[in-house]
Amino acid sequence: MLNRTADNVARATPEPLAKRIRGISDKGLAWLFISPTILLLLAINIFPLFWAIYLSFTNYRANRPNEVVKNLGLSNYRRILGDQDIWIAMQTTAHFVFWTILLQTVIGFTLAWLIDRKFRGHAFWTTIILVPMMLSPAVVGNFWRFLYEPQIGLFAYAVSFLSGIPPTNVQMLSNVELAPWAIIIVDTWMWTPYVMLICLAGLRSIPEYIYEAAEVDRASNWRQFWSITLPMALPFIMLAVLFRGIENFKMFDMVNLLTGGGPGSTTEVASITLKRQAFESWRTGYSSAFAIILFVAVFGLANIYVKALNKVKQR
Amino acid sequence: MSLTTAHSVVAPSTNSKRIAGVLVVGYALISIVPLLWIFATSFKTPPDSIAYPPKIVFQPSIEGYCNLFTTRTRQTPEYINSLGPATGFCDETVRKRNMVIAGPSNFLPRFVNSLIIAFGSTFCAVFLGTLSAYGFSRFKVPLADDLLFFILSTRMMPPIAVAIPIYLMYRELGLSDTALGMILLYTAVNVSLAVWLLKGFIDEIPREYEEAAMIDGYTRLQAFWRTVLPQATTGIAATAIFCLIFAWNEYAFAALLTSGTAQTAPPFIPTIIGEGGQDWPAVAAGTTIFLVPILVFTILLRKQLLRGITFGAVRK
Repeated sequence: MLNRTADNVARATPEPLAKRIRGISDKGLAWLFISPTILLLLAINIFPLFWAIYLSFTNYRANRPNEVVKNLGLSNYRRILGDQDIWIAMQTTAHFVFWTILLQTVIGFTLAWLIDRKFRGHAFWTTIILVPMMLSPAVVGNFWRFLYEPQIGLFAYAVSFLSGIPPTNVQMLSNVELAPWAIIIVDTWMWTPYVMLICLAGLRSIPEYIYEAAEVDRASNWRQFWSITLPMALPFIMLAVLFRGIENFKMFDMVNLLTGGGPGSTTEVASITLKRQAFESWRTGYSSAFAIILFVAVFGLANIYVKALNKVKQR
Repeated sequence: MSLTTAHSVVAPSTNSKRIAGVLVVGYALISIVPLLWIFATSFKTPPDSIAYPPKIVFQPSIEGYCNLFTTRTRQTPEYINSLGPATGFCDETVRKRNMVIAGPSNFLPRFVNSLIIAFGSTFCAVFLGTLSAYGFSRFKVPLADDLLFFILSTRMMPPIAVAIPIYLMYRELGLSDTALGMILLYTAVNVSLAVWLLKGFIDEIPREYEEAAMIDGYTRLQAFWRTVLPQATTGIAATAIFCLIFAWNEYAFAALLTSGTAQTAPPFIPTIIGEGGQDWPAVAAGTTIFLVPILVFTILLRKQLLRGITFGAVRK
């Protein structure tokens, strides 16, 4: 690789064209290279964001574009913060984020720790484990509806086979108690490999000599785990939690397909509420205000978290 | 314990390896069952697919695939008998259920939409991303860290929150339900990933190559084209596959912003229904066809996976 490039470089002779373009300074070139991306993001991300901020102060409804738009000031925001349904949706989201992250971190880290034993064939089985996270959450999530189907569904069948509950009673998606767990299970199934992969990188980054030193000091395996393995892998675990946290806070596709927020509104996470308000009730102004609040919340929490992560890294 | 591992004091013992192996293989097997079940269901007949207890052994059939690609109407047996001989396997299978094929289904056009939108947006995102990544990697850009963070932060918005103003904007511009609109949107979403990943890859290419080329009389632009790009091909390919997978799998924007001509496969597949509810073998068939390309890419990407999913934050 190195030689080939060197050859290419050596073979090349300056062309007359080169002299003409040479006029572009490095600074000019830098902006020429970066500005298209910035312009695209301004057009598709930032302009709409400002539009949403403007709409959040109005009573605009997208299904009545000809109606006079009234400026409501902060009243949309005030109504959202006082809206019982919104708070319930936020609680549902928090419940969902908490349990998925807890399960994924515990299972993911355990798997990574086991894979790090480097048993025979570990690379092959790691690849198998990684497959679910690459697939479309919507398309695969949709298929889980079939697995959850009472009686004929494989999941319901397996549960009743193992527990003795009659298979028609395993109502994962229509039972108020079970529906949130149905979503947590699919999410955990899908994203545990993600946490595992990052944890594995963390475990492999721990230099062997530290363990050797601990062995010389006759530190027990238990002690080595708590004072070497876990603290040194912590920044990686925290990074995985950050990425999963942001993603699951935004969670839409799987919930929309598995339960659509139901039964009733037991699985109505923030994104589902937002969709119902924006694209079913067409309260565009109101839902824009909610969207802004959500964005500020994710952004704020992520920033605080990154600060904490950097502190752990510096230790 | 340390007697059995002569080469290293810290290597895991054979026993602990064996236990770890059993646990990991057990998890892998359980986690792969839903995917195997999708594959198996796609080759079941509709009655077999809803049998109780669920059938593990069954007579394979491609009825699901027939149903996926066609629309069918129920007819009287007399009418079906009055038709000529069946023209193919699908025709024959469908007639056994007292139906005739009425025409092609929407699956193929939706699948083609997915291809066009995924490849179109990937090309644009990687093109823009490579240029920006080089810019950020090699030049002193004022406020570079802020700009990079800004590029990343655009990904923190919940898709529904982005979709509200995009929906209005596209309605004004006539981009609603068009492939171009979706390509622009996915490019914007993916370009953040592309810039972050490619910056990492380009950072790893020593500057000396370009400097040598420039001493030989190349302009900066030529040096970029002739020395940096060829070195970055692995990184560019890996980035492209990540962008492709995102665009291919994306559901929220597609479900809210497309409804007909530009609809992609993910919002379409859940709507496949047969008589009396969801036609699960057809859904499974569509899902299988949809997932196979991703499986291939996942295996190809194995080594770069970690980097891709962490925006280049973890490089191994």
